[in-house]
Amino acid sequence: MALIDHDNSDRRGKSLAQQLHVDLPLLAGLIVLMGFGLLVLYSATGESQAQLNRQIIRLALAFAAMFFLAWIPPRVYQKWTPFLYAAGVLLLVAVILVGDKGKGAQRWLDLGFFRFQPSEIMKLAVPMMLAWYFAERSLPPRLSELVVAVTLIGVPTLLIMIQPDLGTSILIASSGVFVIFLAGISWKIISSLVILAVSYAPVHWFFVMQGYQKQRVLTFLDPEKDPLGSGYHIIQSQIAIGSGGLKGKGWLEGTQSQLEFLPERNTDFIFAVLGEEFGFFGILILLAIYLWIIGRGFFISVKAQDTFTRLLAGAITLTFFVYVFVNIGMVTGILPVVGLPLPLVSYGGTSMVTLMASFGILMGIQTHKKLLPG
Amino acid sequence: MLKSGGKLSNKHSFKDHYNERQLLIRRSIIAFAFVVIMLLALVARSWYLQIVRFEDYQTRSNDNRISVEPIAPKRGLIYDRNGVLLAENSSVYSLEIVPEKVKDIELTLDQLIELSLIDQKYKEKFLNDLRGQRRFKSISIKTRLTEKEVARFSVDAHRFPGVSVEARLVRYYPFGEDFVHALGYVGRINDRELARIDQANYKATRHIGKVGLEKFYEDKLHGTIGFRQIEKDVQGRVIGKPLFEKPPVPGSNIRLSLDVNLQKKASEAMAGHRGSIVAIDPRNGDVLALVSAPGYEPNDFVTGISSAKYKVLLESEDQPLFNRALRGLYSPGSTIKPHLGWIGLEKGLITPQFTIEDPGYWILPTEEKRVIRDWKVGGHGKKVNLDLAIAQSCDPYFYELAYRMGIDTISSNMVNFGFGQYTGIDMGEELAGNMPSREWKRKERKLPWFPGDTVNIGIGQGFWVATPLQLANAIAQLGIGGNRYRLRLMTSVQTSDDWQIFESEVAEKQASFSNDKNLQAVRESMRRVNRYGGSAFEAFKTADYSSAGKTGTVQVSSQDEDYDAEKVARRFRDNAVYVGFAPYENPEFALAVILENVKGGGSTEAAPVARKVFDEFYRLKRLRAMQQQKAAP
Repeated sequence: MALIDHDNSDRRGKSLAQQLHVDLPLLAGLIVLMGFGLLVLYSATGESQAQLNRQIIRLALAFAAMFFLAWIPPRVYQKWTPFLYAAGVLLLVAVILVGDKGKGAQRWLDLGFFRFQPSEIMKLAVPMMLAWYFAERSLPPRLSELVVAVTLIGVPTLLIMIQPDLGTSILIASSGVFVIFLAGISWKIISSLVILAVSYAPVHWFFVMQGYQKQRVLTFLDPEKDPLGSGYHIIQSQIAIGSGGLKGKGWLEGTQSQLEFLPERNTDFIFAVLGEEFGFFGILILLAIYLWIIGRGFFISVKAQDTFTRLLAGAITLTFFVYVFVNIGMVTGILPVVGLPLPLVSYGGTSMVTLMASFGILMGIQTHKKLLPG
Repeated sequence: MLKSGGKLSNKHSFKDHYNERQLLIRRSIIAFAFVVIMLLALVARSWYLQIVRFEDYQTRSNDNRISVEPIAPKRGLIYDRNGVLLAENSSVYSLEIVPEKVKDIELTLDQLIELSLIDQKYKEKFLNDLRGQRRFKSISIKTRLTEKEVARFSVDAHRFPGVSVEARLVRYYPFGEDFVHALGYVGRINDRELARIDQANYKATRHIGKVGLEKFYEDKLHGTIGFRQIEKDVQGRVIGKPLFEKPPVPGSNIRLSLDVNLQKKASEAMAGHRGSIVAIDPRNGDVLALVSAPGYEPNDFVTGISSAKYKVLLESEDQPLFNRALRGLYSPGSTIKPHLGWIGLEKGLITPQFTIEDPGYWILPTEEKRVIRDWKVGGHGKKVNLDLAIAQSCDPYFYELAYRMGIDTISSNMVNFGFGQYTGIDMGEELAGNMPSREWKRKERKLPWFPGDTVNIGIGQGFWVATPLQLANAIAQLGIGGNRYRLRLMTSVQTSDDWQIFESEVAEKQASFSNDKNLQAVRESMRRVNRYGGSAFEAFKTADYSSAGKTGTVQVSSQDEDYDAEKVARRFRDNAVYVGFAPYENPEFALAVILENVKGGGSTEAAPVARKVFDEFYRLKRLRAMQQQKAAP
């Protein structure tokens, strides 16, 4: 059968977007998001021009990464996927052996001229590896293939978890799990896993979890118990959001953020600044932008030409959503606090470059299509 | 479905691209639906926080940032009768530091040492105290900087971020020691006071009236606290202007009956003495001067006296902290002889013509026949009448009179001159002294009253003790021959702009002066005291004004005929007393002088001191008269 991408079939005179292999709706969504993000960030940093400039430089770098990956045809990195994955795992091992300690966690690898987090590579390498693995096989996957897939996810996830970087390991695990889900794992297996997980939870609580981990969960369940200690972040964040009300206190007018009651307001808790200053309407706008980007991601996935790109596009999109959901869920108090930034809004470097690289892949999947023979 | 096979065959096995795509699309749609549901959950959560619980969080947000800062009211001022400030609020400069704003505290302190604003010892103490303090709070390094120190710091101020010179209002007593026992002082609020006061009203106040007038009128002087709502960041730093401000209501100013010149002169006259001077206006009970000597520097107590200095005051045998005017209990001695004489006349026990023989002693006409000496060896002669007995203070005359009168009559009539009664002065610390009676002795000493006791009472000794305030008021009453008033210092209060003037109050128990002849008899004898032949003549012989008085010399230890003031320890020496009033015709002024443990007696020690105060009274009286003449031509 022939699958002809009508969108791309017309090749009379390529537009600039086509020449750059850019997906305009996705790009528009990203630019609007970043614009809004910079606005919030400027307020969250206490009107720091310096931090704003640095963020803009990072965004530029991230765009470069996006353009670069969009320009590469998916076939090319599909070939290199196993090597990328293997290299990523080796680097993670290297981090544990010789890595730098930053903020008490071993995440960084110092290569002399620059430091980077190998876990960032795995954010892309894991879904690519699983997509590559399933692309070679017929779907839905069989149990033995699932075992292999779970191993492929499990190894890097554990390596990152022991750094320890819970947030990133959750992201990486879910990116792999999404590939399995999209690959068509049967509902029977899904439901039995859910049942298993639910029945395992108490065991984990009583026999595996450390005291401080339990404390985190307890704090999440009732932050008011320790309002100046472990509950402080979440209480201040909820006060910020709640006091924003329908319309917010106005840009640069958020007292929780401007008077520094809100901790980590320019990084992980920047959503609370937005909630405080722009109110419920601001949150709706932000979520709408995210929904637009995620929707476009699914569109690209559905329209993709082969299994590898389809799975990869879907996984990237869902992982992005997890990013959004975990961060906002944490800041609004429906999830426990795990260190994850609000994607493309929070102040900070590496994760932003990785994210934009993944959007580059999405764009590449959308724009490097060829007429398939019937 | 799909065949199983080896790796190779699997890899190249036929893939059902259509079905795979359909599967993926289905899964994508499910995933997208999941995403939408989860995003709606976030929307719901935000709705809950921002719409449902908006007010709750808004309140908590305001609680976070808005703090209410109390503003201390200005303490009321204290004026003398002429409007001279006796207690004011002076702006003092204090060197303050906000540790949070200082990068290197030790270095900063070292640099302050270089400017010789603080010393090494202080630095160590400060660093020690710093632990546990909130770092953004301003801490005072040094209070009461001199102008020169302020200047020295200001030149280099740019080198000291986080250190500043702040102006604060602190109580200041411009006349220092001279007024300390009349005014009292304020000091830092301590824990006991904190438990007693309305803490809400004192939140911003650092000082409170500790003793004396400052304590008695604390409620009037303090005022009402104000507050301002200020916005603070998480570290407590104040942001911008106050959001709301309710200014404090300053304490009321009060005006006293004291006369600054008279007080200063009285204080000066007491230099080197232990004792007290109280001068009052007999017409209304207004206290014109209230001196207890020695005094002490009240301003030391305002900012906190050093423990070494305090120890010196506490352990001094002169007891400078003791307010003798209010709480000093002295035997009145011969100063009550005019009162006793007047009672004798009133009761018909004696007449002005009645005489006794004074051979220098008097024999108690009881079975024991105890011999009691006159103070004057050889006595006052064969015919001593009341006039002579008062003018020269003849003891045997009053032994005889007291004996005839009996304790019950003495006691019940002396009470009417205020003995054993509170004068009611607005200080809150005064003692009532003791006017002994038969009941008193039975109750307190578990002993009956002996005739010998009465004889002692006759010359104002024995169990009889009175405060200088009581002595002044008792002589004032006799001088004016009318009602005795409650003593008072405060005459009016200023709240907002109006001065509210208080009326004098008449004391509870009063002697009745219906027989003017009796009154004039003793008054005249008192005039004689200051005149030729009187016991205070030496002191008053050059006085160009009319006055009346009575001297007294009180033994503080049992003495025999060999008593020699030069040889005994100071604390065993006599107390010298003088009471008097002026002008003789229409008294406007009455005073009591008590000097503890002096070599001489009332005539040679107390009367000359009193003379100085009399002089000052007349100087001021004549000055006022001249000014009035000038003002009304």
